Amino acid sequence: MWEVFVRAKRGVSHVHTGTVHAPDAELALQHARDLFTRRSEGVSVWVVRSTDITASNPDDRESLFDPALDKTFRHPTDFELPDEVANM
Amino acid sequence: MELSRLLRHGDRALILAQRLLEQITHAPEIEEDMALANLALDLLGQARVLYTLAGEVEGGGHDEDHFAYWRDAAEFTNPVLVEQPNTDFAHVIVRQYLHDEFALAFWQAAGWDVAAKAVKETTYHRRHSRAWLVRLGDGTPESHRRAQAALDTLWPYVDELFAGADQLRPAWDVAVAATLAEATLAVPQMLPAEPIHEHLESILAELQVTARAHPGATW
Repeated sequence: MWEVFVRAKRGVSHVHTGTVHAPDAELALQHARDLFTRRSEGVSVWVVRSTDITASNPDDRESLFDPALDKTFRHPTDFELPDEVANM
Repeated sequence: MELSRLLRHGDRALILAQRLLEQITHAPEIEEDMALANLALDLLGQARVLYTLAGEVEGGGHDEDHFAYWRDAAEFTNPVLVEQPNTDFAHVIVRQYLHDEFALAFWQAAGWDVAAKAVKETTYHRRHSRAWLVRLGDGTPESHRRAQAALDTLWPYVDELFAGADQLRPAWDVAVAATLAEATLAVPQMLPAEPIHEHLESILAELQVTARAHPGATW
């Protein structure tokens, strides 16, 4: 199993779009191309072996993420975003 | 552009597309189902372009549907290689690779306006079929045995693939020899087979039945 990340256009990050079966990296890349860029969604594709991903445990959710809830000063909500800035 | 050349290569693309489409839901994994269907769709697009050009060159008012649906087997001039049965996945891949290496050289040399898109498509086709062939040949003993068997079965049709395109053969020989070496497969020493269109009738029966049952139907 391989995790697929597609960059939709230059300047934005690769985003996880799905998973493919493949015997190795080269064919995983080809399958990813066939499955996830069929409608010209991308300019770049990454594949990563699923077993190489270390994921957080759902049981740790409270200790990992809840402490950020009351720290509103971390949100840049007081800034005006100029119209020219895309992809934020 | 010669009519006979346009039709031969239109037929080549159409018949191979039909063979690949037979594989849908039969590929070893669902990802490969999609990959083979993608190849088939590209080939179908190439056939449409070539048939449309053929209609213009012929000047008889025939469109792409005429050439695909309303000619009988005796009028098709595809290379015999592309109509060979799917048999197993190794046959599908070997047939595709031998074809793709030819088709890429063909489109690169064609010098037609419509060739640029086909070169891009075929470059990817060859990348895919080549990658699989190397993995099958240099894979397990079983995959190696099947890949060599498919190669031995299909090799006798290679000569006829180059009918009217002999100048493409030397580069093809070099490229294929390199791939087979990487795949640990032996270059077969079989003699050319008689180019008989043994499978065309049954392929066309399925390909043409709907168009012929409902002439002029649209959806």
